Amino acid sequence: MTLGSRFAPLALVLGTVVLLALLPHMFDSRYALTLLNQLGIGIVFALSYNMLLGQSGLLSFGHAVYFGLGGFTALHALNAITDGDLPLPVPLLPIVGGLMGLAVGIILGWVSTRRSGTIFAMISLGFAELVAACSNIIRGYFGGEEGISGDRMSGPVLFDLTMGPQRDVYYVIAAWMLVSALLMYLITQTPLGRMANAVRDNPQRVAFVGYNPQTVRFLMFALSGFFAGIAGSLFAINFEIITAQAVGIEYSASVLMMAYIGGTGYFLGPVLGAIIYTALSIVLSAYTEAWMFYLGVFFIIVVVYAPNGVSGILAVHEPVLRARLMHRLLPAYALAFVTGAILLIGAVVVIESSYHLSQPGALTTTMSLGGIEYDADAWRAWAFGLGALAVGAFLLRETIRSVGGAWADVRTRMGGEAAA
Amino acid sequence: MEGWIFFLFNGIVYGLLLFMMSSGLTLIFSMMGVLNFAHASFYMLGAYFAYQISTIVGFWPGLVVAPILVGCIGALVERYFLRTVHRHGHVAELLFTFGLALLIEETVVLIWGRNPVPYSVPLDLDFALFQIGGTSYSAYKIFMMAVSIAMFVFLYGIIARTRTGQIIQAALTHPETVGTLGHNVPRIFMLVFGAGTGLAGLAGVIGGNAFVTEPGMARALGTIVFVVIIVGGLGSLTGAFIASLLIGVIQTTAVAIDVSLTDVFATVGVNLQEVPLHELWSKRISDVAPILPYLLMVLILVLRPRGLLGTRDS
Repeated sequence: MTLGSRFAPLALVLGTVVLLALLPHMFDSRYALTLLNQLGIGIVFALSYNMLLGQSGLLSFGHAVYFGLGGFTALHALNAITDGDLPLPVPLLPIVGGLMGLAVGIILGWVSTRRSGTIFAMISLGFAELVAACSNIIRGYFGGEEGISGDRMSGPVLFDLTMGPQRDVYYVIAAWMLVSALLMYLITQTPLGRMANAVRDNPQRVAFVGYNPQTVRFLMFALSGFFAGIAGSLFAINFEIITAQAVGIEYSASVLMMAYIGGTGYFLGPVLGAIIYTALSIVLSAYTEAWMFYLGVFFIIVVVYAPNGVSGILAVHEPVLRARLMHRLLPAYALAFVTGAILLIGAVVVIESSYHLSQPGALTTTMSLGGIEYDADAWRAWAFGLGALAVGAFLLRETIRSVGGAWADVRTRMGGEAAA
Repeated sequence: MEGWIFFLFNGIVYGLLLFMMSSGLTLIFSMMGVLNFAHASFYMLGAYFAYQISTIVGFWPGLVVAPILVGCIGALVERYFLRTVHRHGHVAELLFTFGLALLIEETVVLIWGRNPVPYSVPLDLDFALFQIGGTSYSAYKIFMMAVSIAMFVFLYGIIARTRTGQIIQAALTHPETVGTLGHNVPRIFMLVFGAGTGLAGLAGVIGGNAFVTEPGMARALGTIVFVVIIVGGLGSLTGAFIASLLIGVIQTTAVAIDVSLTDVFATVGVNLQEVPLHELWSKRISDVAPILPYLLMVLILVLRPRGLLGTRDS
């Protein structure tokens, strides 16, 4: 069951269209538009990734390859438009990038989808490294250190979009995001999409029914490459520059984290994940050098304690909400939230202090955290941080028990209702 | 000719180091079905621990203490995290080790900073041991070779001669049956995971100062080790050994070959200057050295998907 199936799909689509059209009017600062554009790109990328991980059970560590190569191709095409060699409006560039993603997906997918599971994951990593290493060698295509840059204000104009203002770019990204998301959703409803789920769950039975699991994996892989290429092209249009980083392991890792944090079990999970991940990384990286550390910890917590992601957590609360029993859970949650905050404050003090001390740029040991100035090398700071960490951890363990108790209570009540 | 012997020698030293890591990785994989993404991170931890110890008491105590510390961390990770994640299936396990690799890298940055640390070859071994035709061979490289070989003889002894070794061997091919026979499989898993990561730690101790000790070292080596166990065949120690040496030698000797495909075709009278992708064909082998292991992996996957000596398909 998908999160979307509970709403009337048409109303959802129309609502989204209206919301997407209104967003740039509600938030019209340059900063907000930049954020929205990155969200849109992240959403397409994460949804394309979930065609593999969530729908086909293929864990890929190299999805940025299709994203990046799509982006590079789009920028080369953009430069061809600027030179007058290609009569294509800039807003349609993602078609070119998508086709490149599809082509690469077909070539690399032909080799890698022969295997599934862990071996597929290793192969995808090998290909990612292969392409990343190639970017140092084939400088003509990847542009070496500087990458490839272009000018999006060129070529024929479509729908009055000159592509100059950030808002034009937003509308292009929003439109492509909507179209791609719809297409990807429709793919889940086709026999191919259904068989992909079956291949994920039980490849032997798929083979008995008469389908070739390898072919199903291959088709999903190639299509997913197509949408990743679209996301890469949107990236290229948005930033007008792309470097070899875009095919690198960091991008592959972030799309994996987006999809998984959001939850791979629901179609809209990766959308949620892309929003959470992009917002977290933008906000955290503005405040701290250690943002990757926090994201890593967050990711591990999700993997260990909430393997269905944030959308999975939301989904288990849905029946509770419907049974109007949410108030029985909230006190325990509030308690867990407070103790978690104590733990978090302790952890942040410890992490930020040691980061401050280990960086070569630090001239003094004095630093400021949340407006409070203190000496990172003094024992008091460390005693406070480690103390809060220990106390928070201990209290959190206790409160999590009470959360468990509250849940047991809610379950019996819901069970009782169902019986009555 | 002397140059070739030198490159071959370096390749073998590097290959043995690769085997020290790939042997642990392939053992862990075939027994537990877990591909330890963070394996190279334990290699990095070994190097950093050894560096820290060497600043206090010198290199030699670190050679013993650092791998043991790393092995203990590995065992704890298995006991308290992997076992919990195991319930959610293999994808969750793989993702956990992936997150762990990220976290270890960030923790290393947190403690030791982003720049390389000055972990250097111990003075006792920092001299040229002998010369062949004008090229001198460093004593430390010989020492690395000796440590690797001694470690393998020791490991082989354990696996072939002891009861635990026999259980491990049995668990390689028939993990379920071993459990059915009443052995404490989780404890064996913890042991193997600890030993495997400890071995990676040892590789870090002796490799960290021969190369560079920096936060990026795990990522650089990690994928090469994956390539090694794919090429060698999953679960096969002999395969991992052959593939380690093969890739070690390829990576070090390729840097010395100054020939391109264009040159090769030119000698038989075919001109590749005008064909499409001429930029690619005119690259010298030494330029494309970094991608050769991956090309080898693709070749193996197409021609022989289970690897050189692999027996299992999953």
